[in-house]
Amino acid sequence: MNKEEIISILSEVKDPEIPVLSISDLGILRDVEVEGEKINIRISPTYSGCPAMEIIQEDIRTVLGKHGFENIEIKQVLSPAWTSDWMTDEGKIKLRSYGIAAPAIHGCILNGDDQPESCPLCNSKNIEMISRFGSTSCKALYRCLDCREPFDYFKCH
Amino acid sequence: MDLLSTYIIHQADNVLILGHRNSEWTGHGPILEQDIALSNIALDLVGQARNFYQLAAAHLNELTPAEPVTEDDLAYLRDANEFRNFILVEQVNGDWAKTILRQFYFSTYQFLLYNRLLQSNIPEIAAISEKSLKETRYHVKWSSEWVIRLGDGTEESHARMLEAIHNLNPWISELFLPADFEYEAESSGAGVLPEIIKDEWYYRVNKLFETATLPKITSEKKPMQILSGKKGVHSEHLGLLLAEMQFLQRAYPGSNW
Repeated sequence: MNKEEIISILSEVKDPEIPVLSISDLGILRDVEVEGEKINIRISPTYSGCPAMEIIQEDIRTVLGKHGFENIEIKQVLSPAWTSDWMTDEGKIKLRSYGIAAPAIHGCILNGDDQPESCPLCNSKNIEMISRFGSTSCKALYRCLDCREPFDYFKCH
Repeated sequence: MDLLSTYIIHQADNVLILGHRNSEWTGHGPILEQDIALSNIALDLVGQARNFYQLAAAHLNELTPAEPVTEDDLAYLRDANEFRNFILVEQVNGDWAKTILRQFYFSTYQFLLYNRLLQSNIPEIAAISEKSLKETRYHVKWSSEWVIRLGDGTEESHARMLEAIHNLNPWISELFLPADFEYEAESSGAGVLPEIIKDEWYYRVNKLFETATLPKITSEKKPMQILSGKKGVHSEHLGLLLAEMQFLQRAYPGSNW
């Protein structure tokens, strides 16, 4: 087994809340190291309290187990801290087609003022924030004033 | 318990107890979006607590490997006199004004302290601080906006803010009175003495209070301390809080989801 093979298998591990995104798309998967028979995996937790991280770790074991890999060590690495900047461009496109507005394309400045570019449903820029806090730690709630639909925004972090 | 572990546990206890208090609002918030906002903040705080408890457990287990502890043992099996959180964070929630003011006071403190802890010579303390700051920034912003909204709001909201300021006033001096584990942390380089952020804290609070048409607060010249959360001498509220928070683990030891 080699590192690339493992990384490819791990693209089956999705965010339990946003199942179109894999842990690679999210920038959660930081490193895979093959040490003889053992696989060392380094993941970076998103928000401190994110409950999906526990599920993701279980899923990593399940997915690798299905492919015959049992000798696995998963380590959560706190530094450097996870940032939404690590989300891949492909991830941002997937996010948008799922109906969630993606975080700002360029580097995040953490002043809490970042806004989605447009409504992911109708592309209008006529949008307003309902609340900076949404259904999960990572999302804010917005509404489109043209198509009148609410939508989630994945915040800069 | 050694002083470094106590320093880490003081950080953990603060965010766990405040996170727990905030979670008491879940399902009871004034409007849905704010219920969700405060629940999100509670979740952030409990997540930060987990990081600190895991670090404390790892450190304690290095010192006494024969008696291993986990993050859950630390959170659920210690008694009130072993907790090292501020008296401020164990206070009952009261009304929305008191809750958001408590959050503003604590988050401002946390923001200033954790910025200093980025320089800790314990890499994990620096890492947890770096990570937590991203969330704390939102907490400061959210609570600041509420202080303004209520302070410069209606006659009633303004009155409630004055009441909240009066209510929380006795618990502020503790934030800046150093405990033995803080002296040790400062000399070892693991942490800092809280008095170095005191002036900045008062400056930021009063600057916001001015915008919110609220009266300035001043620090006591000679603060009197009968209670000291940092020394494990708590108000009557912590025991009741722990009775609820720890009930399940104590009644059914080792249970999990």
